Amino acid sequence: MNPSLAPARLRARDLLRLSSIGIRTRKLRAGLSALGIAIGVAAIVAVLGLSSSSQAGLLAEINRLGTNLLTVTNGQTLFGQTAELPTDAPGMIGRIGPVTSVQYTGSVSNANAYKSPFVPSIDTNALSVDATSLGLPADIGTTLSQGVFLNAATQDEPICVLGAAAAQRLGIDKVFQGERIWVGGMWFYVVGVLNQAVLTSEIDSSVLIGFPAAEKYFNFDGNPSEIYVRTVDSAPQVNAVDSVLAATANPESPNEVDVSQPSDALVAEADAKAALNSLFLGLGAVSLLVGAVGVANIMVISVLERRSEIGLRRALGATKGHIRAQFMSEAILLSLLGGAVGVLAGAASTAVYASSKGWEVVVPPLAWGGGFGAAIVIGAVAGLMPALRAARMSPKDALWSV
Amino acid sequence: MTVTSGPAGSSPHGILAPSAPGSPNDSSESVVRLEGVSKTYPSEPPVDALKDVSFTVHEGELVGIVGPSGSGKTTLLHLMGTLDRPTKGTVWLTGLEVGKLSDAELSALRAGRIGFIFQQFFLAEHQSVLDNVADGLLYTAVPLSERRDAAARALESVGLGAKLSSLPTKLSGGQRQRVAIARALVGSPAVVLADEPTGNLDQATGASILELFHELNEAGATIVVITHDRAVAAWMGRIIQVLDGRVVSDGPAGEWKRATGA
Ligand SMILES: Nc1ncnc2c1ncn2[C@@H]1O[C@H](COP(=O)(O)OP(=O)(O)OP(=O)(O)O)[C@@H](O)[C@H]1O
Ligand SMILES: [Mg+2]
Repeated sequence: MNPSLAPARLRARDLLRLSSIGIRTRKLRAGLSALGIAIGVAAIVAVLGLSSSSQAGLLAEINRLGTNLLTVTNGQTLFGQTAELPTDAPGMIGRIGPVTSVQYTGSVSNANAYKSPFVPSIDTNALSVDATSLGLPADIGTTLSQGVFLNAATQDEPICVLGAAAAQRLGIDKVFQGERIWVGGMWFYVVGVLNQAVLTSEIDSSVLIGFPAAEKYFNFDGNPSEIYVRTVDSAPQVNAVDSVLAATANPESPNEVDVSQPSDALVAEADAKAALNSLFLGLGAVSLLVGAVGVANIMVISVLERRSEIGLRRALGATKGHIRAQFMSEAILLSLLGGAVGVLAGAASTAVYASSKGWEVVVPPLAWGGGFGAAIVIGAVAGLMPALRAARMSPKDALWSV
Repeated sequence: MTVTSGPAGSSPHGILAPSAPGSPNDSSESVVRLEGVSKTYPSEPPVDALKDVSFTVHEGELVGIVGPSGSGKTTLLHLMGTLDRPTKGTVWLTGLEVGKLSDAELSALRAGRIGFIFQQFFLAEHQSVLDNVADGLLYTAVPLSERRDAAARALESVGLGAKLSSLPTKLSGGQRQRVAIARALVGSPAVVLADEPTGNLDQATGASILELFHELNEAGATIVVITHDRAVAAWMGRIIQVLDGRVVSDGPAGEWKRATGA
């Protein structure tokens, strides 16, 4: 074999120039054929980006609220009645080592809250009236949006604080001096409104009054119905407290006590966000498929149109491999352009939406890396058949049949 | 009998392979050699396009191939240019037996040793004249800057030194064919093969292209031209006449002129 007859390798720069001929000379057509891939990649990047960003937002929220809050709720007796927690349960729980704070509420079931005495008594607005301990907001991770919370001086007065939803349903968006509502047949003055309590949403629809006031005005028995327990912030400690909580709250019948960790629901929600919107992913995949067919189609047409160019290149000394490489890389380049536009569009829509929600903008590497990767694979698959066809073309037929 | 053209000097343009000094007779290298070559196209019915053709083109020759339409001229050019293989017989190019080479080796052979010129020019409209010519070296592992330098020199040699950055669409037919000629010459190939290079040009322009071939040959290029052009004899050194797939005469242009009364 003659060593001087080894075909030369194309330089990367030359290959890039060759593969961009079709795109440079037919810009509109190239743009349209890459559109399907752009849309598909944009959809997939946006879905992945949005779910990651909303997950990041939720995780940030969970982080802020803490995962070390446990709630103890009065469960059911063996006979299906509502069980009662002993009045000394909060005190007992407070003596568990890793517990840092204990707050509690008691359901005042014989009182309902209304905007005024003239509201029909069946229109309870699904509000509950609850007695509360004085350190509740900080313990459950919320704050006052307006006014002040109950304190030692006001807890035996006809004074209340509203949960966020309760204030909304009663039509109170500003706490004025002398603002009052009709609770259990008498006026209670509103001194504060809470922000949303994400971990303990039952507080949102609650009208909170002091334990002494509940006992004084409504003959409340003083039994807590929910106990909110903060522990040292470490998972083993939280679990340790969790395991002894029921027995500590109600030593006589621990099985009548429900213990839960409210952040669990949020963590589960965050996990669910990661488990993507399959509908949009499906649409993205279909769009990619359509895009692949579009690129393949345009490449087939391009090869047919450029017969004489192919013949000329063979006459100038291109091997079949050179021709194959040129058209394969043209298909990949075309598809990569679509992919790049798609990644940018997907990332941009993620950024716009996430920042409007106040989330951190997260476009996971899987999303953009996958977008580019998918584009390359699609280009290679779509370009293979046309490239093989181009390489198979006989140069003399291509040059002498025009 | 093989007749060769007059003596060829070394290239004044510096891009053409310098030919062997002195008279290119038996001592000169054979560039293309055909021995008992036949070509039958397997169509229905099969066509015997070439029948037992033998001749040799030596370095430094300027050969015209003439013959009526359908006589087999283009088929002959395909075989000389390694774009097709004979049904029977043997083709050698610069001493290499074409039948023994793979498709990739033939591609490399074309890249380095054969230049083609076509009736339709086949220039890339989106790129400059200079880059069109530089692409004549694209498949030879020569770096881009050297390709462009060589292209500029080749364009100079065909009289287009002032048009390097023009687009082919801005040129006349004759100028376009000169660009194509520069592209064929840019790698200093062993042989340049042209099929009807004047077919798309008017009489005067065609004659000037033939004159250019003559000049390039004087400068050392080995050129084979297929042509219908009656003016061919004035510029070629040797004429091979083909009829019905056979070589019917092969000799100095002057002899052919006398015999045909052209
Ligand atoms: N691919 C093919 N299949 C079948 N027959 C062919 C093919 N190519 C050429 N021929 C036939 O072979 C013969 C020689 O053709 P060729 O093209 O070599 O002639 P030519 O001398 O170049 O003619 P022209 O002057 O018209 O270009 C013709 O009869 C032609 O019809
Ligand atoms: Mg012909």
